[in-house]
Amino acid sequence: MRKTLLFIIVITASAVFILRLFYLQVYNSEPYSIYEDNAIRKVFTYPKRGYIFDRNNNLLVSNQPSYDVMIIPGLVKELDTLEFCKLLKISKTYFDNKIERTSRYSRRTPSVFLAHLSKEDYGFLAEKIRKFEGFYIQKRNLRQYNTKIGANVLGYVAEVNRSNLEKDNYYSQGDIIGKQGVELSYEKFLRGEKGIKFIQKDRFNRDIGSYNDGLNDKNSIPGNDLTITIDSELQQYGELLMSNKKGAIVAIEPGTGELLTLVSAPSYNPNLLVGRHRSKNYFKLYNDSIYKPLVDKGLLSTFPAGSPFKIVVGLIALKENIINEKTTILCNGQYVYGKNKKSMKCHCGGGYRNIYNAISESCNSYFADTYRKNISQNNKISENFDIWSENIKSFGFGNYLNNDLPIGKKGMIPTSEFYDKWYPDFRWGPTTNLSNSIGQGEILVTPIQLANMIAAVANKGFYYTPHIIKKIEGISIPNRFTEKNKINIEKEYFDIVEKGLSKVYESGTGKFLNIPGIEMCGKSGTAENFTKINGKKTQLTDHSIFVAYAPKKDPKIAIAVLVENGYYGSTWAGRISSLMIEKYLKGRISDNRVEKLVINKSLESEYKKPFSNKPFKINKQ
Amino acid sequence: MIGERKNIIRLDWLIILVYFLLLGFGIGNILSSSISGEEINIFNFSTLYGKQFIYALISIFFGFIAISIDVKFYERFSSVFYIFSIIVLVCLFFFGKRVNGALSWFSIASFNLQPSEFVKITVALAVSKYISDFQTDLKNTIDQFKLFLIILIPIVIIIFQNDTGSSIVFLSLFFVLYREGISQIYLKSIFSIMILSILSLKVSASITAIIAILLIILYYSFKKKIRNKIIKIISISSLCLTTCFGTIFTYENLLKTHQQNYIKVWLNLEKDPDKIKQMERTILYNLNESKKAISSGGLTGKGYLKGTRTMGNFVPAQHSDYIFSTIGEEWGFVGSVFIILLYTILIIRIIYLSENQKNKFSRVYGYSTASILFIHFLINIGMVLGLTPTIGIPLPFLSYGGSSLIAFTILLSIFIRLDGNKKNEW
Repeated sequence: MRKTLLFIIVITASAVFILRLFYLQVYNSEPYSIYEDNAIRKVFTYPKRGYIFDRNNNLLVSNQPSYDVMIIPGLVKELDTLEFCKLLKISKTYFDNKIERTSRYSRRTPSVFLAHLSKEDYGFLAEKIRKFEGFYIQKRNLRQYNTKIGANVLGYVAEVNRSNLEKDNYYSQGDIIGKQGVELSYEKFLRGEKGIKFIQKDRFNRDIGSYNDGLNDKNSIPGNDLTITIDSELQQYGELLMSNKKGAIVAIEPGTGELLTLVSAPSYNPNLLVGRHRSKNYFKLYNDSIYKPLVDKGLLSTFPAGSPFKIVVGLIALKENIINEKTTILCNGQYVYGKNKKSMKCHCGGGYRNIYNAISESCNSYFADTYRKNISQNNKISENFDIWSENIKSFGFGNYLNNDLPIGKKGMIPTSEFYDKWYPDFRWGPTTNLSNSIGQGEILVTPIQLANMIAAVANKGFYYTPHIIKKIEGISIPNRFTEKNKINIEKEYFDIVEKGLSKVYESGTGKFLNIPGIEMCGKSGTAENFTKINGKKTQLTDHSIFVAYAPKKDPKIAIAVLVENGYYGSTWAGRISSLMIEKYLKGRISDNRVEKLVINKSLESEYKKPFSNKPFKINKQ
Repeated sequence: MIGERKNIIRLDWLIILVYFLLLGFGIGNILSSSISGEEINIFNFSTLYGKQFIYALISIFFGFIAISIDVKFYERFSSVFYIFSIIVLVCLFFFGKRVNGALSWFSIASFNLQPSEFVKITVALAVSKYISDFQTDLKNTIDQFKLFLIILIPIVIIIFQNDTGSSIVFLSLFFVLYREGISQIYLKSIFSIMILSILSLKVSASITAIIAILLIILYYSFKKKIRNKIIKIISISSLCLTTCFGTIFTYENLLKTHQQNYIKVWLNLEKDPDKIKQMERTILYNLNESKKAISSGGLTGKGYLKGTRTMGNFVPAQHSDYIFSTIGEEWGFVGSVFIILLYTILIIRIIYLSENQKNKFSRVYGYSTASILFIHFLINIGMVLGLTPTIGIPLPFLSYGGSSLIAFTILLSIFIRLDGNKKNEW
């Protein structure tokens, strides 16, 4: 015992030390990550955010420097407050408040004292900032919009919020992220890859140099420039035409599926969401409950398709052999159906109707009859209805279009299941939902879906998924935008329908919409719509809708126009579509009177009706 | 003398190898823990690692001399050394320089010398000389008393110089006395006092005392054939009582606040969250930072010169008393265990060689060396790992400091010489 005591104690002590080390370093220790190490300051270096060009290489979005005045409260010495406030154009109260708040937050770490200095203010301050200890100027990159249009398409950037941080660990507090539009859909390309510098701190939280001689540091990789499919001139013209009106214009190049315009009216100047007054402006836009300028109506407005839907109903009936180009019915101003002799009004003027003049005069009776026959053939109502519904959907209705826009709505194309739910004893038939035949009833579509439909008609049987991206610097655009989506309807039926669409301009609802030298095809629509006022379903003035494409041979543009509560389809939507087509194909407008008429038309009184708390009349020209 | 006898000296190369490994590792880690961005140049003597490099060269020189001197010299002059060293210690009261509150430095030119480091050697020599004297009988109380006096004189002086840490080192010589045969009762007493003190502080003095007395009564009531049972029970019980309440009295009245705090931290006595928070900023700070640095090293460490906490000087005194935290961070579990094994090998090798000495003086000296090295190892690494109370003593051969490096080297070298000479003994 006497000889071994020290020996045993030495061995025991060593064993305890090794176990303790094992506990501290192996068992109880998380894998070491330099990112988690609070002895290392991580400083990010931000690359250039990618620029955005339009299809004609006009620079739409670039970057601008912005200057923040930073403060480290612990270092602030006595200063000439008056001069300082004058330089920054701030009040003494702001100064005192800010000093107190930042000091309370931390005396050692920098906080923003005044954000987004203007270039002029920066110039003055830069010379004198050395006089004010504890203050310095930090440069930041802001977006610069070289255009006043397309706010809804371009989107905007803002600081990441908590859910961004949780979803993607690329981001850290204070980073900028695309929040809407192209900025959001192509965030990954635009942002590039931020770099990082590891700075060794000491125990007083001071920087003492770069960690490991900067070997762990990473350089930033600049973001990719984007070219989008928008024609900014046409977009600007569209926004001008939509002055004082709510609605949307969606124009597509049928041969590629590229979105030429995506006008949402009213829009706002994208520069409003940049800089010091960003949040003030944002809430102003956000709180405008009548016009909702932040809502992209081309993508998010859903409404009954109205008469343009007759194009699809007709095509399906032709395909299903319900009608052919010779089928004729007699319209007497209304279509009477069902046991209770319900009737659907028709404004086509009456007379014998075939597919051609049924389209051009927008005859409700013809399509109601066609639809009824289509759904009830062989008495297999459910099956027929589902086939019909599938055919409708093959035009891109009833679903997101799988495009590269960050928002969208499905719209609504009902199935037999839908009606089984509402009429559980299967007592429903084509007369139950006869309104579907004229794009009313349960049918809901978005402007981009309508534009896509008319593009598919222009292509006579296929469409390319509408998309906003034309080119990503150095990277090819996704395959899904260059593959044809085929519609299972023969080209010959499209030829028949096209004759009707052309007749719209010759003798039909759009005969005053012709543009000399351009052969156009189109269809007007006037869609009933409702809103809830104090919980009561109330009808509003009809939406004015128009779809068109031109030229008839080798179409270059397919367009859908929605003017909310604009009443007759041809009146406003029709005029706008013709002007847009002319502007795009010819580059100039031949009849400035129409243009002036459209621009000056304000529907404000119409939009205020539901908010007036007074009874009002609708559908007054 | 009959015939001619050659002195054959066999050096123990294992000890020398371990010594140089520790020395090299020490300089390397002092470099890592003291640079702050400047160019590394080992010959830049204004830096800590440059200085330590010089100290290493001086140490090797003194070690070489210590090995060259004849064994008889140490035996014969040990008492002279001892007395001389005590005089030097006393001189500190008149010429000493106070560093961090401890009056334990001579300032000569630009160098600081800490004599208490060297007193370890002279006390070890004196103890060895006294025990190995054929007239000494460790069973004899007077001899025991004289021996205790040899050890206690420097302890008392050093305590008065406010360097409690260094004085504790001398208590390690108890291992030597025990090995050489002082009564078992001392080991038992020390062990009991430790347990009673800790329990008194941690639980409560009265409860500890009551339980202890009950156990004593129980023990004696089962033992038969013991004379003066009652007297023994009463005397031992009163000793227990004295220990328990004496501990509390010492803790509360004699210890200084910072010493109290060290014990509070070690035994986890503080329950007031506000005070714990305050301690975290002061006394607990070192310990927490050192534990954080070691934990962050993981299995294989962050790599030499890449320890983020070492580079940022997060652990105060990381080049001296807390050098092990740098090792833990940069070399990880693997490197830390390697260092612990080096010390274990060194100490056990010394114990093993001591047992094999034919000369009693050599054996006792070897044991003293092993004990002194061990107590430094135990208290320093224990402190850095948060296992023992915070007592600032260096880690032999690794911590920054000229006095301690030279003293440890001489301490070890004398043993190497004594051991190398054993072929010549009979």
